[in-house]
Amino acid sequence: MDFDFNLLMNAIASGLLLGGFYAAVTAGVSISFGMLDIVNIAHPAFVILGSYIAYYFSASLGVDPILVSIIALPAFYLLGGAIYQVYYLSFERRGQDALRGLAFFFGLLFVTEVTLLLTFGVDYRYVEAPYIGPSLHLGSIELPYRLLIPCVAAMLLYGALEVFVSRSFIGRAIMAVSQDQLALQLMAADPIRIKRIAFGISIATASLAGALLIVIQPVEPSVGRDYIGRVFAICVLGGLGSLPGALIAAFLLGVIESLTSTYYGPSWAPAVSFGVLLLTLAFRPAGLMGR
Amino acid sequence: MAAVGLAVMALAHWLSVDYFYFAAYTILQFIVLSTAWNILGGYCGYVNFGTAAFFALGAYSTVFWHKFFPMPIPVLIVLGAVVSGIVGLGMGYLTLRLRGAFFSIATLAMAVVFQTLVVNWDFVGGSRGAYIIHPENSEFAGISVHYIEYLFMLMLALALIALVTARTIERSQLGYGFATIRDDELAAEACGVPTLRLKLIATTLSGAFMGMAGAPFPYYIGYLQPQSAFALDYAVNSIAMPMIGGTQTWVGPLIGAIVLGSAQQYATVTISSAANLLIVGLMLVAFVIIAPNGLLGLFEQIRARKKP
Amino acid sequence: MTALLHVDNISKRFGGFVALDGIDLEVEPGERVGLIGPNGSGKSTLVNCICGTLQNETGSVHFDGRTMDGLAAHERTHRGLARSFQLPRPFHSMSLADNLRIPLLYTVHARSGPLRSAADIETRCGELLKMVGLDNKARRRPRDLTQVEMRKLELARAMAAEPKLLIADESMAGLSHSEIEDILTLLKQLSERGITIILIEHIMSAVMSFSQRLAVLVSGKKIADGKPEDVVRDPEVVRAYLGQ
Repeated sequence: MDFDFNLLMNAIASGLLLGGFYAAVTAGVSISFGMLDIVNIAHPAFVILGSYIAYYFSASLGVDPILVSIIALPAFYLLGGAIYQVYYLSFERRGQDALRGLAFFFGLLFVTEVTLLLTFGVDYRYVEAPYIGPSLHLGSIELPYRLLIPCVAAMLLYGALEVFVSRSFIGRAIMAVSQDQLALQLMAADPIRIKRIAFGISIATASLAGALLIVIQPVEPSVGRDYIGRVFAICVLGGLGSLPGALIAAFLLGVIESLTSTYYGPSWAPAVSFGVLLLTLAFRPAGLMGR
Repeated sequence: MAAVGLAVMALAHWLSVDYFYFAAYTILQFIVLSTAWNILGGYCGYVNFGTAAFFALGAYSTVFWHKFFPMPIPVLIVLGAVVSGIVGLGMGYLTLRLRGAFFSIATLAMAVVFQTLVVNWDFVGGSRGAYIIHPENSEFAGISVHYIEYLFMLMLALALIALVTARTIERSQLGYGFATIRDDELAAEACGVPTLRLKLIATTLSGAFMGMAGAPFPYYIGYLQPQSAFALDYAVNSIAMPMIGGTQTWVGPLIGAIVLGSAQQYATVTISSAANLLIVGLMLVAFVIIAPNGLLGLFEQIRARKKP
Repeated sequence: MTALLHVDNISKRFGGFVALDGIDLEVEPGERVGLIGPNGSGKSTLVNCICGTLQNETGSVHFDGRTMDGLAAHERTHRGLARSFQLPRPFHSMSLADNLRIPLLYTVHARSGPLRSAADIETRCGELLKMVGLDNKARRRPRDLTQVEMRKLELARAMAAEPKLLIADESMAGLSHSEIEDILTLLKQLSERGITIILIEHIMSAVMSFSQRLAVLVSGKKIADGKPEDVVRDPEVVRAYLGQ
């Protein structure tokens, strides 16, 4: 049997690139679920929102979509802050059971998705950019730029987040609040404000991730649903609250999905991430680098 | 209860408007689904996002048996219940040791895995879907009725069974046990409540009822596609309806299903079918923030304030 | 001489933190044992391991002649182990009476079959509430209680399970002098009925007046175990805990 080494290498390569992108989508949930213990399953919907905003302004103003998303970052940050405020007042402060919080975000997921559907319709939307199309050729391995650039952008995002979390005061306060809220209060920092900032950052990453998504593939409102499982699978596999863990887990998942898709067909792809999630939850809930 | 059911049946037969049956079937289906969801979600506090999977299992179980030889629907309903119940048990066994949020995400994961399995299984039609032809008329208690009326009767009976079951559980020792799991699982264990066993009972019952609701679906819709059977819409509805009606008692899902179901029917007819999902989402978010105990909770609050 | 409770070399870690390091403890039937130690020394962790809420990594727990290893918490309660929680954990959606109904339904009935009619259960709940002075609030919800009353409910709920061994985890914190006396009297009455009691407390006067034997836990290790008068004079105990 002829073993197509070329096919394997390309599958792994595109898996890695895709994995990098998955990491960008997961960054927000790594913060909200990993550090703040908020199960924001609506995050993928916000990513799609980011995609549509990138699409809209890119198509009407002719600006590069990734640039659009960076300009949109503050708006997403404020949105995140507002959502957290509502969440805090309605649930955390009342000490409500997790049921309501989950239902809240589930409802937000639907509202966001359907609003996009009503505004933009069911057609797939895509963006135009000079780097969508050509590829970088390394020997026999083909690295499409539309995958490569998002992957690089994701790496930069993680680098920035890691520096922020370990060097800046607010970043370290976020890590502190995830571990011991009372201690933080005693140090005269307002944990609610810290959490609001963190959640704002979490949603802001969705803006960038959304632009990266629409660079990689055409987007329509329900695309976000595929990512719910991927995002939580990566978070759990990488260990909650660990940014480096999420990165590694994302690469791993990307490669597994790519190999499955190449050798078994793309219709099995959704099962891969969810299957990985279930296996991790069953056997190693602390993840690869759990806290 | 049974008297109300018979009255509804008689009234419906007398009115004999087909659209009524179609719309009412949907609402009755939602009553069963939300009541079933509430057994695990409202009583025990474990949020299941995988309603669609159990519903679809019931539907696909029907398609599966139908390929061998057609059977009367009540039998199919029982089979659907058994299939979904067993799956519920299995899912529970795998996931119930997980903390609340992880459990919910795991249910979502299982739903997608099942959907992928079904989409790739050609025997039941795969992604192409499956056709089920049904007779024009059918016999029900000796009276010849339109097929849709027959389905309506069955679903009505199912809804009544589901409501009675929920009510019985609520007032029994099992109901107390479920409530302790919702309130404080650790303390429940310390008091001697076998929490894992009770949770498994809840998932099995919940799954079985959802499967029962799904079993007649292929006959209702004629052409079964994975997208329609597995739609996430079932998940959001089966969560929104109990949350809007009130999760603590059996009445809540009933009220929620009727209120939200009717609102959706109205919206589908007057605006569009996408609009009705928006309504569900908005109402869910609104109620969860403003009225965490649902309509029943609001009613209780008003009543408490009126007392001198 | 068969001890009712035999804890043998129990260890428990949380990540890198060693909460319990090879704890041995024996409790005779009917004994009144006090367990003291600084905060964070592992007292509650030990209780959790004995009762099955947490899994110990090494060692074993024997109760009433049988091993408890591998048994879930609810099964250990069925065998006669009961505990109250340091931070009260009532069932918020139920009335006080119903809170007590749970152990009656799920432990007492599980042990000996449903001997009680519904009316009997009501009566029994009322009796238990009366013992802790909460019978006038039988229909109220836990959210209407003060911290102190919640502690009493905790204790009542543990007693409702009709245990052979009751572990009372800091039930007296924050109580007034007379309230402490009430709880002590209650515990002594239970002891006279033959129930073995482990009292975990910081209030030394209560511990000294109640305990026949005193054990001291510091940083996950047991540093003393003997007659109360001797233990409180042990220099290591004084240094680690009492002398603060």
